[in-house]
Formats: sequence, C-alpha cells, structure tokens
Amino acid sequence: MTLSVSQMTLAILPEILLVVLVGVLIVISLIKREKCNQLLGCITAGGFILAIVSAFLFAMPKAEPALIWGDMLRLDSATFVFRMIFLFGAALTAIFSCTEDSIRCRPEFYMMLVFSTLGMSLMASSSDIIMLFLAIETASIPLYVMAGIKIKEEKSVEAGLKYFLFGGMSSAIMVYGFSLIYGFSGTTHLYDIAQGVIAHQVPIAGVVVAIVLVLAGFAFKISAAPFHFWAPDVYEGSPTSVTGFLSTVSKAAGFAALIRILMILFEANDGAVWQALIASLAVASMLIGNLIAIPQKNIKRMLAYSSIAQAGYILVGLASHSNLGFSSAIYYLMAYMVTNLALFAIVGWVGRKTGSEDISAFAGLSKRSPGLALAMLIGLLSLGGIPPFGGFFAKLLVFGAAVESGWAWLAIVGVINSVIGLYYYLRVLKVMYVDEPVENTPLKIKEPLWLVGLILCLVLVVVMGVVLTPWFGISNWATVGF
Amino acid sequence: MTFPFLSVLILLPLLAGVILLLLPAGKRGLIRGIALGVSLITFAISVYLFAAYDKVAAGYQFVEQMQWLPALGISYHLGVDGFSLPLELLAGIVVLCGVMVSWKVEDRPREFFAFIMFLASSVFGVFASLDLFLLFFFFELAVFPKYLMIVMWGSPKTKEYGGMKLTLYLFFGSVVALVGVLAIYFTSGLLTFNLLELEQAGFGLAVQKLWFPFIFIGFGVLGGLFPFHSWAPDGHVAAPTAVSMLLAGVEMKVGAFAALRAGLMLLPDGMQFWAPLVLILATINVVYGAFIAMIQTDFKYVIGFSSVSHMGLVFIGFATLTPEGLTGAGLQMFSHGIMTALFFAVVGMVYDRAHTRNMAELGGLAKHMPLAMMGFVVGGLVSMGMPGFSGFVAEIPIYMGAWKTMPLVAIISVISIVVTAAYILLVVRRVFFGETPEPIRAGLSDISVMDKIVVVGLSLLMIFIGLIPSLLVPMIQGGVSHILSLVGGA
Repeated sequence: MTLSVSQMTLAILPEILLVVLVGVLIVISLIKREKCNQLLGCITAGGFILAIVSAFLFAMPKAEPALIWGDMLRLDSATFVFRMIFLFGAALTAIFSCTEDSIRCRPEFYMMLVFSTLGMSLMASSSDIIMLFLAIETASIPLYVMAGIKIKEEKSVEAGLKYFLFGGMSSAIMVYGFSLIYGFSGTTHLYDIAQGVIAHQVPIAGVVVAIVLVLAGFAFKISAAPFHFWAPDVYEGSPTSVTGFLSTVSKAAGFAALIRILMILFEANDGAVWQALIASLAVASMLIGNLIAIPQKNIKRMLAYSSIAQAGYILVGLASHSNLGFSSAIYYLMAYMVTNLALFAIVGWVGRKTGSEDISAFAGLSKRSPGLALAMLIGLLSLGGIPPFGGFFAKLLVFGAAVESGWAWLAIVGVINSVIGLYYYLRVLKVMYVDEPVENTPLKIKEPLWLVGLILCLVLVVVMGVVLTPWFGISNWATVGF
Repeated sequence: MTFPFLSVLILLPLLAGVILLLLPAGKRGLIRGIALGVSLITFAISVYLFAAYDKVAAGYQFVEQMQWLPALGISYHLGVDGFSLPLELLAGIVVLCGVMVSWKVEDRPREFFAFIMFLASSVFGVFASLDLFLLFFFFELAVFPKYLMIVMWGSPKTKEYGGMKLTLYLFFGSVVALVGVLAIYFTSGLLTFNLLELEQAGFGLAVQKLWFPFIFIGFGVLGGLFPFHSWAPDGHVAAPTAVSMLLAGVEMKVGAFAALRAGLMLLPDGMQFWAPLVLILATINVVYGAFIAMIQTDFKYVIGFSSVSHMGLVFIGFATLTPEGLTGAGLQMFSHGIMTALFFAVVGMVYDRAHTRNMAELGGLAKHMPLAMMGFVVGGLVSMGMPGFSGFVAEIPIYMGAWKTMPLVAIISVISIVVTAAYILLVVRRVFFGETPEPIRAGLSDISVMDKIVVVGLSLLMIFIGLIPSLLVPMIQGGVSHILSLVGGA
C-alpha cells in the first residue's frame, strides 16, 4: 500500500511532535531559569501525552501494513502498540523525575529523554537495517547522557561512562552484523532479506553468523545474560528515574526491534537454530539474574539483577516461536513496565527521604508509611508472579507458550527460577513489614503529581492481572502486525 | 437468575480485605467488627449452601459462569459438588473461628484481619472453581497473606525461617503443577480451562502417565505429601494461632483438593498408574508423621506432625480409587480440618497464658482452663479414631478402601492409630494434668468467652458428625460417584 506524502507525514506526527517538544523545552528553559519546580517535567509529560493523542487521531495503522518514507519505516499495529508503550512509559518517567532535585531543573535531561523516546519509537517501526541502526543510536546516545547526568556524583559519572563504553562496543558488534547481512543479501531492507532467504538466494550460514552478532547487540540492550555486565553498575549509579526508564522503556524498545527481526527470520527459515539460541540466552539470564540478586544489599542493584531475570522470562516467550509466544512477550513487557516504573518511583522516593538506597532503608516502612509499603508489596509480588497482579498472568502466558511449543523443560527452568525470584522479593517484604525502623518518624508524601503517577501504575498492575481480555487483545494485535 | 452465593462467598472477603487496608489503623473496634461481620456472613452462606444443596440431583450446583478471557478459554466459572461443598463449610467455620480467637491481636490488627480475609477468599475460591485457571489463580492468591502473616505475627524464634520455607515449598509445588496444567491444557486441544470439559477430554495414556505426577504431587505439596511435608510442621509452628488453624485446617485441604480436581479427576489413568507410588508415600506420611509427633517436646510441633500423619490418610483414600476410600477421604478432610483447627486454637490459648510450648514446662492446666482441656480431649479422641467421633467415621472407610486395593497399606497404616493414641494421651497428661510448674502459674487464667464459643462449637460439631455421619456422607458419596464415573469411563 502506498501513501501520499501528507499521509506519510501524519504517520510520523507523534515523532514530529516530540521534536517540537524539544524546541519548546529549550525556549522555556531560557525564559524560566530559576524556580522551575515541576514545570519542565509537567511540560514534557504533557508533550508525551499529546503525542499519544495525536497517534490515536492521525497515525492509527491501517488494516494492511504500510511501508513509508522510501520503505524505511513500517506503519503497522506493532509499531503503534510499541509507540504507545514507549510514550506512556516516558511520560511516567517525566512525572517521576519531577521530584528528583538533581535533575528536575535540568532542561537538557528532559530533552535527552524526549530524543531517546523518539529513537525508540523509530526502532519499533524501522523496516530497514540502516534506519534501525540509526534509530538504535538515537535512542542510546541520550541514555548515556541521562545515566551520567549527575556530574557531581562519581557513581553517576561512572554509570554514564560505563554504559557508554559497553553500549558503543555492542553497537559496533551489531553494526558489523548488519554489514554482513548486507554483504550476503545485497539489500538493507529487512523484508527483502527475508524474501531472499526464502528464495535461497542468500546463504543461510552467512545470515546465521550475522544474526548471532546482531543478537549480541540486542542482548546488551535488553540486558540479557551474558551481556548484562553493565546493568547493575549503571542502574545503581544513574538517577533513579533514569534507572526506571532504562529498565523498562529502553528494554521494551530492544525487544520491539528484536521481535521484528526474529519474526521475519523465523518465517524465512526453520526456526530451530534461533530457538535454541534464544532459549539459552533466556536460561542464562534467568539463572544469573535471580541467583546474583539474592546476596544484593542495594535495592537498585537487586532490581537490576531482577530485571536481567525478567528479560530471561520474556525471552522464554520469544524462544517459543509462536504467535502466543510473541504476544505473551508483549503482555509481559507491558505488565513489567508499569510494575518496574512503580517500584523505581518508590525506591527513588524512599532513597531521597532516608538518604540510603540499601534494602535496609526500607526497614519498618509498613509503620512509617503503610500505603507506600503496600504499593511496594504490589510491585514486588507482580514481579514474583503472584495473582491478582499483572506479572502473574504474564508469567503464565510465557510459560504456556513454551509448553505449547513443546519446550516444557524451558517452562520448568522458568518456574524454578520464579521460586528463586520470589525468595528475594519476599525478603524485601520482610524488611518492610517486620524489621524495626531506624527512625520512627512517619513519611508523608507531599508530591501529588508523583502520587498520581504511582497510583496509575499500581492500578494498571492490578488491572492487567484481573481484566485480561483487552490487554491480551492488544498483545495479539501487535503480534499479527509484525 | 439466582443469587450468586458463591461469588459473594469469595469476593466479599476480598473486598473486605481491601476496605480494611484503606481504613485508618486507629479504628480497631471497627476493624474487628468488619472482620467478624464478614466471617459471620461467609459462615452463614456456607451453611446455607450446605443445607440448600440438592443431594438427590447431586452434580455441580450453584453454578455461575462468565467469560473472562475467551481467546484462551478462560472463564470465571464457579460451582460446588458433594465433594467440595463440605470443604466450603469447613472453610466457613475455620475462618470464623480464626477471627474469633484472634480477637485480642494488638499488633497491627488492620493488616492482620485484612490478610485473613484474603486468605479466606483464596480458599473459598479454590473449592468452588470449575475453571482450572481460576483454581490456580485462587491457589496462588494465598501466597503473600500466608507469608506475611507468619513473618509478622509468628513466633519470634522461627517465624522467618518457617515462613520462608513454607512459602517457597508451596510456591514451588504450585508452579510445578502449573507446568502440568499448561501441558494438559495444550494437549487437550480443546482450548479451554473449563474443568467440566477437560474431565471428558480423554487424554492418552502416555500424556496421563507423564503429567500426572507434576500436577498431583505439585499440588500435593500443600497437602503435606511425603517427602514434601517438612514445610508443614515448621510453618504451622511458626504461624500465629489463627493462621495455623487456617493452614492446617483448610489450606492443606486446598492442596489435597486441587490434587484431586486437577490430578485425579482430569488424569484418572495417570492416577491408576501412579497409585502404588502415592499409596507408599501416603503410608509413610501416616506412620512416619505419627512416630515423629510422639517424640516432640514442643506442644505445637506434636500437632504439626499429627497433621502430616492425618493428611496421609486423605491421600491413601484418594489412591485407593474405591468408593469407600474416596468417601473416607472426603470425611477425613472435613473432620481433620475441624479437629486440627481446634487443636491449634487450644495450643494458642495455652501459649498465650503460659508463654511456653515446651511440654516439660507445662502441666496441670486442666485446673486453670478446664474447657480448653475438654476441647483438646475431644480433638484427641477424634484423632485416635474413637467410635462416636468424626474421626472414626472418616478413617474406617479409608482403611476399608485400602484393604481392597493393597492390604499391606491398611495393615501398616493402622499402626498409626496406636501411635496416635500414645502421643495424644502423652500430651494430655503432660500439659493438662499433674502439677503446674511454678514459673507459668502466675500467668494462667481461664479462656475468654470468644475462645469458649470456638472450643465448644468445634467439639460439638465433631461429636455430631461422629454420631450422625449421614449429615455428610450422602453428599460426599454423590461427589465420589461422579469422580469414580470418570475413573471407570476412561
């Protein structure tokens, strides 16, 4: 289906709005240098919401997927769903970062957030490997800056630098893989490459080598073992709202692009090789993530390892090589995103109030702030896969997909891992509910906007675990669009 | 459209739990009032359902069905049969008693009663689920209330160990069962979690043999099946009184019931194939549990291990696949649930006053709390299977069934009766008779009115069932004949 230039412009209207938003942020930051308070965050969040609305109004995918802008982008339901996920997650990140003193008056922070989201949105829609690579870099480079934005803190700078070095390295590997793909197939268009493979015009052995390299790059983005080494240090050092963004939206973006590549390849040739490869990544991530999370004392590091493990569960869905598998992965990503955003919001808040990011800082939280302890409980149990929270159904779906494809052993490895996972999530609950607090002063939440964002996340966590049909429908819809 | 009794039974406690958590912590009277009110309502509903169930028609009654996720064949599907309804009644009774004996909880009563409500919702839900997904959903819903209640209000020394051990054991069992559940869901090709349809799916023998152990033993972990029973004594002992009552009285039945519903009833050929193994494991439960109970010095551990022993009889009843055995198992679940709830209630009353559970430091309590002693003795007689008490009518059919299938099992497990008599009498003598040691004398007082109601009510119930077993037997037989029709038909 070919679209006119105006239609194509409308199709990328959300992205255009994001560029405009950056302009607005620059102007405002020039006018109001002092006393910015929550202004910048609110404007950014508002801009994201506007982009969501515009996507609903003007950039809904047609029944038939359309290639636009010289076949560089593809407007389909997957693009749309992932775009919504990124924009929503970014809006929440902007809201949560309003309360962080070190970044809330830094217009450059919000600009980087917007640029990164723009890149992610393009990652989900790229149908050409050059476009894909550019989108990945557009998404990544601002993230390096965001991780290191607290320039006066050694840890933050370390996080930024470390993330940059690891990220640069993995990008190099990925782009080498892309170049091999181009060399073997003579085209940069993903869907043409798939056609070439089907028609046996492209040597499959070459593609396998290339894809292994590309996969390494993506494994870095989604922090899957054994490419996870950056995650704990970067998560720990970055400002907490950036950590939340890294562990959810950025990971979802990696998955969006990865799913597209895998879907195309799975269709193009017998999937067994890829399945084995993805499954081994999944097993490694689940085991390493969960086991190393146990001895962690810093809550952000613990959640970093937990997020490595969560990437493993999502990979179980991908390894299943079925529609159910891919939709389960998307369901998982959605439930995981709201859960982890809520958790990092609380971790950041408690960290600021108590001055510590250790798990022990949560001691007696149930007495100091029962509501917040309950919110934390919901988040942790959702990660652990306990009903009635979103993480429960998401886990059930990915394991179901594995069993359906005859990979019951992978599901068994997965469920054993969720038992290990539950152990350290429960330990945090124990600290909150049983341990005696260092101070007994009640903690009062004085940031209404932050609270609204948190409650929104928590409501979604519960809704995704109870009202299943719409979310499953969305995941399915996205899956058939790829 | 009839009144959705089962939905109210399940969702009311859930709602009450949420409301309780939203109340200000200071309003203790209101909090207790809501908890007691809701547990009275659920008790009344369970009694009503029990009375209104049409025993002649049998089958699943009070059925409610609503689409939940049609794409995967998940529905909100409730209903009770002759086997599950007595368990609903049991849950109604134990939840009410649990709330009553916890009346004096001082430490964060809001959270305490809210979590009890969540637990109640979970157990009511499992017994009434006619959808495998829903059953699993409710099964897992109990994970966090159990854990938090043990670590927050449990006995200081072992609560963290006992709570974590219990939670991880049970979670492990349930997720292993989940893999089995998913496997049979996809093999059936019916794309439905509806238990009534899956019952008729007629799985191939190889499928049944492969997945039966996953489901049966996975859920059986919560039933205390050997060798996965060791969470039970540790967990029961670590838990606060009300939670011990619910755990041993109802939750263990949830495990056995889920193993029956999803294991035995869906994969009857698998049950037949694996029956010898289950019989052996359950016999070990019965005998080993009883012997270990005998050498305990801690009052509560005795009861903890006696639960393991008695639950073994339930599994023997299942594995016999005879009408006698299954009926006995159904009765035993009910009888043991009431009995062990009473035991744990009395243990709690003793501990609250004496501040020790070490039997060497206890004695002569009959003088100070005569009614508690009476209750314990009645429970003990039930436990020994004395004629005239509910334990007798439950255990005799199980032994009869076992005799028909594997006489050796009956012979060996009968030993447990003697051992049980020994440890029960030993406990009664050490705790309730003899001289009261000086250190504990100061704290002793008679039990409160609430406690008395609980003790007397539960004791009378066990005597009633023992004298008039026809209150329960025809109903359970109706459920059993349905189960056996699945076994025979396959």
